[in-house]
Amino acid sequence: MTTEAKETGAFDPIRKTFIKVGVLPFFLVGALIIFTALSDKFLSVQNLVNVARQSVYLVLVSMGQMLVLISGGFDLSVGTSIALTSVVSALGMVWLAGIFPDAIWLAITLGAFMGFAAAITVGLINGVGVAYFDVSPFIMTLGVSSVGAGLALFLTGGVPVSNLPFAFGDTFGFGRLFGVPIPVIIAVICIVVMWLFMSRTRLGTQVYAVGGNIKAAHLSAINTKRTLMMAYVICALIASLTGLLLTARVESGEANLGSTIALESIAACVIAGVSLRGGIGRVENVVLGAFFIVLVQNGMNLAQVSSYMQMVLLGALLILAVIFDQMRYRMILSGN
Amino acid sequence: MSAQPLIETRALTKQYPGVLALNAVDFDLHSGEVHVLFGENGAGKSTLISMLAGANTPSQGSVVLDGQEMKFDSVADAQDKGIYTVFQEFSLIPTLTVAQNIFLGWEPMKGPFIDHRTMRKRAHEMLLELGFDIDPNETTSHLSRAQQQMVEITKAFHGDLKVLILDEPTASLTDKEVDHLFEFVNELKAKGVGIIYISHRIQEFSRIANRVTVLRDGGKIGTVDMAETNEDALVEMMTGRSIDEIYPKIEKGSGEVLLTVEGLRTAGIRNASFEVRAGEVLGVAGLVGSGKSRLFRTVMGLTTRLAGTVKMRGKDISHAPTRDIIKEGIYYLSPDRKGEGLDLAKPSKDNLAINLVMGDKVGGDGQLVKWSEVNAEAATISDHVELHAGYRNKPVSQLSGGNQQKVLFGKCFGQNADIIIFDEPTVGVDMGTRAALYLLIKELAESGKAVVVISSDLPEVMNLSHRMIVLAHGHISAELSGDDMTEEQVLKFFFDETGAKL
Repeated sequence: MTTEAKETGAFDPIRKTFIKVGVLPFFLVGALIIFTALSDKFLSVQNLVNVARQSVYLVLVSMGQMLVLISGGFDLSVGTSIALTSVVSALGMVWLAGIFPDAIWLAITLGAFMGFAAAITVGLINGVGVAYFDVSPFIMTLGVSSVGAGLALFLTGGVPVSNLPFAFGDTFGFGRLFGVPIPVIIAVICIVVMWLFMSRTRLGTQVYAVGGNIKAAHLSAINTKRTLMMAYVICALIASLTGLLLTARVESGEANLGSTIALESIAACVIAGVSLRGGIGRVENVVLGAFFIVLVQNGMNLAQVSSYMQMVLLGALLILAVIFDQMRYRMILSGN
Repeated sequence: MSAQPLIETRALTKQYPGVLALNAVDFDLHSGEVHVLFGENGAGKSTLISMLAGANTPSQGSVVLDGQEMKFDSVADAQDKGIYTVFQEFSLIPTLTVAQNIFLGWEPMKGPFIDHRTMRKRAHEMLLELGFDIDPNETTSHLSRAQQQMVEITKAFHGDLKVLILDEPTASLTDKEVDHLFEFVNELKAKGVGIIYISHRIQEFSRIANRVTVLRDGGKIGTVDMAETNEDALVEMMTGRSIDEIYPKIEKGSGEVLLTVEGLRTAGIRNASFEVRAGEVLGVAGLVGSGKSRLFRTVMGLTTRLAGTVKMRGKDISHAPTRDIIKEGIYYLSPDRKGEGLDLAKPSKDNLAINLVMGDKVGGDGQLVKWSEVNAEAATISDHVELHAGYRNKPVSQLSGGNQQKVLFGKCFGQNADIIIFDEPTVGVDMGTRAALYLLIKELAESGKAVVVISSDLPEVMNLSHRMIVLAHGHISAELSGDDMTEEQVLKFFFDETGAKL
C-alpha cells in the first residue's frame, strides 16, 4: 500500500502536465533524444532554423484545423483548399499578367483574391453542409475534398501552371524582410491574430462553447450554426493563405500541393492537446505541435529514414496521439 | 433479522487522492429487505454502491456476500453473482429497440441465431409484469427519460437476482409509475431479494423501507428501523436542519404581465394560453408526458411552433430564434444539465463565462472580451450561488449533481433575464442544496423577475408557486391560485381527460 502511494506521488507532476497540456512535451523530449542520438547535425542552430522555416506551412494549416476541431468537427479538405488556391490563383495571375503586363502587382493581388475566393467557397460548402444540413464533418469534408481535388486537376489538366510573375515567387517564396523570411513573418502575424481571436474575442469564446456542448451553447444565446460555419470558412481561408505561400515557393500552380496536410495537421493538433470531441485546445500548443511534426520529419530525413517508412511512422504517431487524447479526456472528466 | 446477512460491508473505505470518500462503513442487507441509503450528495452513497456493484474497488475493508468475502472484478462479475445495479446514468443503447436492450448480452438463441420472436415476447411479458406501458419494439432513443428508466429497471430481472441496487429510481417517474415500481419492489421482497434503495425522496421511505442508513461526509451516522423513526428525524440526521426550513416563503410582487401566450400549438400541445407576470412564481405541474416541459420549450423556440402567438412585453416573438428570445429577456434552464446545460469538460467559471460573454451584463458590446471583468463577475456569481471555492477550477463533470445545478443556476444570474424558466430545477439534488436553490428562486422572484418552475415534484411546485397551471394530455387543464392550490385539486386535473377526447 505505502509503496503504491509513493509511486503515484512520484508520477504526480507527469500526470498533471499530461492532463494540462497533453502528450506533446513527452513526445518532444523523446524526439529530441532519439534524433540527437541518430544524427549529430540534428541539434544544430542551422538545422533548427531550417525546421522553423519549413514548419510555417503546417503551422498555418494546423491553426485552421484547430479552429474546426475545437468547434467539434474536423476538416479533411484543407489539402484541397491549398491545391485549389494554388491552381486558381496561378491561372489568374498568368492570365491577368497577360492583360496588364505593366501592373504586375495588380495581377498578383487579383490572382491571390481569386484563390481566396475559391477556398472560401470550399469553406462555405463545408460549413453549410455541417451546420445547416447536419452532415457529419467526416463525410462532408471528405466529399468536398474529392470535388475540389477533381476541379483542380480538371482546371490544369494535371499539368502544373508555370510562368508565374517573377515578383510573386521572389517575394512570398524566397523574400526576406530584415533578414527574416516573408513566410515566417506572415505566420507570426497569423499566430498572433489567431491567439487574440481565440482567447480575447466573443467569437472565439463561442467556438469553444459550441464545441464543448452545442445544446448548452444554443441555450446561452449563441448562434451555433453561424459559429460552425465561420470555423470552416476561416479554416479554408488560412489553408488558402498557405496555398499561396506554397505556390510562391514552388513557383507554379500545382493540383497536388498539400496532399498529406490534412493528416499532418490533425496529428499536429491532437498531439498538441486539441480534443477530438471539441471544446479544448490552445493556439500556442498547436504551433508547437506543428513544429514537432516537421521536426520529426526533419529528424527522420537526417537519419535517412525512407519517405515510405515516414508515412508509416506519421500514421502511427497520429493513432498514438489519439489514444493518449482518449486517456486524457477520461482523466479530465473523472479527475483521477 | 438474526439470520446471516445477504450482503454486508465491513469497515469499507475508499480513499481518493486527497479525499476520503468513504470512511470505514459497516452496512448490511438481509434477504427480503429494503434498506435505504440516505444522505446528501457527496455523502458517500454512490461510492458505497459502486463498490457493491463491482464498478469500483475498496481501498480497505471488505464486501461479504452470503458469508463469503468477495472481490468483484467488474460490474459483469457482480451481476454474475446476483447483484444488479440500476445506476442513475443509463446503460441503454439508444439505437437498439427496447427488447434488444433488455436482452443485451442475454439474447435468447435458436441454434446459432438470436431468436427475436422469443425475445420480443419475453420483453413484452416482463414489461407487462412490471406494469410498464412500453412497446418492446420501440427504438430506445424515442422513449422519454422516465420510460428509459423503466427499461433500465426491467433489465435487472434476469437470472438469479439476489441483490438489487436502485440508485434514485424515482427521480424522473410520475406518481403512477412510482406506485408500479413499489408494488414490484414489494413482490421482490416477498421472493427474498434484498434491495438497496438510494433516494432523496424521503416521503417514499415509509412506503417501502425496512431500515434506513444515513451517511454524511463519507461516514455512517447511523442505521435506524423505519418503523421507529420519521421523516423529520431522518432529515435532521442527514443535514442537521429541520424540514420546515426547506421551502422559503416567497413574497408576491407587482404582477405586471411580461409574457403572453395565446393558442399555442405544437406536436403534443393544443391551444395553450397563459400569462407570466413579474414578481411572481408560476408553477407548472403535470405528469411525465403531459407536455409541461414541451410547452415552454416551444415558447423558447426549441420545438417547432405550429400555431399561436408568443408576446414578450407586447412584442411578438413567435417566430424568433432561441438566441433572440433569450436576448428579449427570457432564460430557460434545461432539466438535462449534462446534455443541454453545461460543458462538462470545463470548470464552472468557463461555463458561467459563456453567458457573461454573450450577454450585456459586463464588458459592453464590443467584440473583444474583457476577461478580467468576466472572471470577476463569474467569481461573484459563484459566491452568490454558494459554490465552494475548491470546486470552481474543476471540470463540472467532477461535481455532484447539486453543485452542477448551482453552476446552472449561476448561468441565469449571468444573463440579464426578466423571465427565468426553471425546468425540473432540483432533479437529483439533495435536500441541503435544494434549500439553497429555493432561496435563489425566492431572491429572483422578490427582485421583480418572473419565475416559472416546471416540476414533477408536486410538493416543490405547490410550495414555491403563487399561481399554477396544470397540464394533462397536452392541454392546460387548470389554472389554480391561492386556496385552490391543494394537492387534491392538482391531482384531479393531472388526470383530466377532456383534452384527450379533442
